[in-house]
Amino acid sequence: MSRVLVGVKRVIDYAVKIRVKPDHSGVVTDGVKHSMNPFCEIAVEEAVKLKEKKFIKEVVAVSCGPTQVTETIRTALAMGCDRGIHVEVSGKDYEAMGPLQIAKIFAALAKKEEASLVILGKQAIDDDCNQTGQMTAALLDWPQGTFASEVTIDGEKVKVVREIDGGLETIKISMPAVLTADLRLNTPRYATLPNIMKAKKKKIANMKPADLGVDMVSRVEVLRVDEPPTRLAGVKVETVDDLVAKLKANGTI
Amino acid sequence: MSYRLVYRRVCPRSFLPFCRFQSTLVVAEHNNDKLTPITLSAITAAKKLGGDVPCLVAGTDCAKVAQEVSKVLGVKTVLIAQNDAYKGSLPEELTPLILATQKQFNFTHICAGASAFGKNLPPRVSAKLDVAPISDIIEIKAPDTFVRTIYAGNALSTVKCNDNVKVFTVRGTSFEPTEVDGGSATSEEVAVSASAGMSEWLEATLTNSDCPELTRAKVVVSGGRGLKNGENFKLLYDLADKINAAVGASRAAVDARYVPNDMQVGQTGKIVAPELYIAVGISGAIQHLSGMKTIVAINKDPEAPIFQVQSSTLHFHVASIHHVHCVNLARFAWLGRCNHLQLFSLTRLCLR
Repeated sequence: MSRVLVGVKRVIDYAVKIRVKPDHSGVVTDGVKHSMNPFCEIAVEEAVKLKEKKFIKEVVAVSCGPTQVTETIRTALAMGCDRGIHVEVSGKDYEAMGPLQIAKIFAALAKKEEASLVILGKQAIDDDCNQTGQMTAALLDWPQGTFASEVTIDGEKVKVVREIDGGLETIKISMPAVLTADLRLNTPRYATLPNIMKAKKKKIANMKPADLGVDMVSRVEVLRVDEPPTRLAGVKVETVDDLVAKLKANGTI
Repeated sequence: MSYRLVYRRVCPRSFLPFCRFQSTLVVAEHNNDKLTPITLSAITAAKKLGGDVPCLVAGTDCAKVAQEVSKVLGVKTVLIAQNDAYKGSLPEELTPLILATQKQFNFTHICAGASAFGKNLPPRVSAKLDVAPISDIIEIKAPDTFVRTIYAGNALSTVKCNDNVKVFTVRGTSFEPTEVDGGSATSEEVAVSASAGMSEWLEATLTNSDCPELTRAKVVVSGGRGLKNGENFKLLYDLADKINAAVGASRAAVDARYVPNDMQVGQTGKIVAPELYIAVGISGAIQHLSGMKTIVAINKDPEAPIFQVQSSTLHFHVASIHHVHCVNLARFAWLGRCNHLQLFSLTRLCLR
């Protein structure tokens, strides 16, 4: 068991209220605070913990996108990853990039780096797709342990407890495998200042999708982005009687 | 009769790409006893596309579910695949089956409900077909154009898929379930694939509940961190019992282990779309509230984000009912059978 690849995505920070562009071509991202996707933080934490428990020797953080994503890779390095890989994608390719293209990149990297595990976040909080892990596993023909809330390495197999609709499910999958991290898998650590300084010295390799033989053509087009139907303003009520009257007037009861 | 045979007779070879007969395979989710309701919503979506709707029932003991599916209005064929390898609906085992079925019948669309099962399996299938899946759609505008939510429901994205087979999952709350009545589908066994052998289903620990199912309920009562601990959720269960509501929880309450994970409501939990949502002791983070119609928020913090939400919400600032007499609470008519003391205790709790 030598190497784990962890995917990290740079997304608009979860606390930011997003705005749709006036031309409906997308969401405003310029000048808006970005950070690491919360599920990716959990994925990084799990990989680093596996390394601390000596199940694996090296954790490689990977991100796809323009130059700014190197900040996200540095955060992963500060959390304990050993080195990073920045797959440069920018301009129209970046705008059209979706989970299928990312999965192809990760599959190619997993083979190139001879990874035993690929750990990704369950979903990105911008597109809410919840697809990349499953597709990466398919392209590699590896098993998938998705929505993981507990991961235990057991020899050449991984026992994964998964969060499903009715509760929890336990599966055992052989390695190499792809795991996707759900919310309760762990609590990600804060990067301490000494680790942030150490991270500056860690290596981030640069490459392009073409170097990995990946075709970035996407056959999905975003036609338009809209705001959800406008809601009416809320009303504060002071007594239960008022509440009942308002609910009746509203037609709810 | 295979679809290839139909269109070869109708269309000259040169026109084949334009004459492909539309059909949407619905992959059924079930527990070898009953069909999961979200599959009925997936069937509704499939019917909206036009064309045939075959339904695949794969499992260890399919007869009963296959019988149920054959009665669903609009389903043309029930494709049955029975094998012990399908125990636990492992995606590694079901994917080769779906790929073989696709190769045999050449569907134009493949879909499933966007449940944990639907999120786990279709993306694996679509990557093998080298197509991009479209997840959790809320509307179909055309056979190649779908609407889905992004940013926790704070924006809607209309996407056009130009792949030769569209794989998508359907949000259950956006499509009314089809009637299990009036249908008379034919059944056909499909060849079972060889076991992939890379994954093993061990066990499931499911929470038993007599409450209505969260994603289908018309009224949902949810608790958050403001309830302080898991025992206090009993107040919500009792209230829900009286008014036939489902009980949910915010991410914070689940993280703090007040309640199990399957009760989580919101962007990364279950999408609910009730007529009435009662949020007790929930701060109202953006990610929690997508999909709600009328929201009643009970919270002692007047600055809680839930009160800032632009919505048809009724913000019931709990501190002000501190002095309301029990008799007023008893007049909380829509709760009718609810013991006024229960509601009073609930609000007293939030005030502590």
